[in-house]
Amino acid sequence: MSVQVSRRKLIGSLGAGLLLSGCDSWSRSGRVKHVLGSAETLSMGAQRLILGEATLAREYAPADMSSMFRVNGNRTADTPQYRRMLANGFADFRLIVDGLVRRPLEIPLERLRALPHRTQITRHDCVEGWSAIGQWTGVPLALLLDAAGLLDQARYIVFHCADSFGATPYYESVDLIDARHPQTILAYAMNGQPLPEPYGAPLRARIERQLGYKHAKFVMRVEAVASLAGLYGGRGGYWEDVGDYAWYAGI
Amino acid sequence: MAGGEPASGAPASPGDLVRRHRLSTRLWHWTNVVAVVVLLMSGLSIFNAHPRLYWGEYGANADAAWLQIGGEGERGFVQIGNTRIATTGVLGRWTDENGRTSTRAFPSWATIPGYYSLAMGRLWHFFFAWVLVIAGLAYWLTSFVNRHVQRDLAPTRAELAPRHLWQDIRDHARLRFPTGAAALRYNVLQKVSYLAVLFVLLPLIVLTGLTMSPAMDAAWPWLLDVFGGRQSARSLHFIAAWLLVGFIIVHIVMVVLAGPVNEIRSMITGRFRLPGTSEEARLT
Repeated sequence: MSVQVSRRKLIGSLGAGLLLSGCDSWSRSGRVKHVLGSAETLSMGAQRLILGEATLAREYAPADMSSMFRVNGNRTADTPQYRRMLANGFADFRLIVDGLVRRPLEIPLERLRALPHRTQITRHDCVEGWSAIGQWTGVPLALLLDAAGLLDQARYIVFHCADSFGATPYYESVDLIDARHPQTILAYAMNGQPLPEPYGAPLRARIERQLGYKHAKFVMRVEAVASLAGLYGGRGGYWEDVGDYAWYAGI
Repeated sequence: MAGGEPASGAPASPGDLVRRHRLSTRLWHWTNVVAVVVLLMSGLSIFNAHPRLYWGEYGANADAAWLQIGGEGERGFVQIGNTRIATTGVLGRWTDENGRTSTRAFPSWATIPGYYSLAMGRLWHFFFAWVLVIAGLAYWLTSFVNRHVQRDLAPTRAELAPRHLWQDIRDHARLRFPTGAAALRYNVLQKVSYLAVLFVLLPLIVLTGLTMSPAMDAAWPWLLDVFGGRQSARSLHFIAAWLLVGFIIVHIVMVVLAGPVNEIRSMITGRFRLPGTSEEARLT
């Protein structure tokens, strides 16, 4: 009897099950994740090597736009403060720009709308595989960072958001290359209309050379930091913290 | 093929153990066995995150998909255009080894990891994508330098004559395999399929994969023009992966029919026993 059981076990583990169960237990091992994740460093290095700092993502014509732009992630930020701001058209909203800057800023939405802006029709690529093309208008992030004056120690720009999954707030971060990229804007309009609530009103980051989860919605505060280690889960973004997603989402 | 000289230097005859596959070919073959299996299964994991395929630049749930795998009620289905094929139990609705029912597209036995995790699927996929690309480029380079491509893989003009091609197709259909020294050279159907995989299918898979990357599209916008947009590239990537599966199935069937022990040994040690008559060949 014991022989039969062990034989069955042996056959089971020698089959395709070996690979499958092996990959599953390996997928849960921190060391294996670390080794597999080394490819992320390689991908980022390779892409940065062939990608100029200011090389633009393709921009499309109005005729190329999706008729229906899929809403994904949080459709709203479910806090009393956010509901109040939404109800009065974000009249008392102030974007905070702080952290490692010389002059922390608090900018009302009306003031942001009066600043030089950029309009771009770009393709939004979700990590899940779908794409949608839409038009975005907003303030170049570089303009705000220059107005605030980044200190030399600043390495990353963090987007703090009003939305959350359960009790965990959403946030995202990029390095200064993507933060200063000409197409990186804080969008306050989509397809010619004020940014609708499900798409991240009042402000949504557009990081056009990376995947959708980097494009933080409901942005309340932009913070310059030297390291991502001390923030939230320490990996630079909500999905990076909770779900093993890559911080560099260029692919 | 490493040239096929028998160890003694005398002309090869049936029964001789001769050198067949170079080290570079053997290394690449087994690296690819691991890389392609992991890439395919982790690719199916990634597909499960959005089991719909489109043509053009964009495509999401509100847009028309040319292929969709899903579950509706108690049934699983694959829909191609307007045609629905019932796939309950295998695709779109299936039960895992713990008895749990899922409406994901591909079942847990076909994906890496076996549980649903897009992030882990991507970690496995991109790690082994680098393995495939680095090994593939190294093999390309080596195979031109050591003239494997020019000497063993390039078909001769005589082989490409319709009559010869037809004869080769008939021989394959009758499962009539070459014996003696003739078994050392690739036949023309082998040459054409190996060249197609090496220089068409694998580059297509890599380039359509890169076209799904927003950063690569910024760096090389011609990728979008070549493949007709990001969603077309995603569809072509999926199709090319299944063409590669088709090649692998035929390849394994041919290995089994031609004498699996001898064939697999020649891909491990490089040594191949020349088949004699069909009876002798079966004994190897």
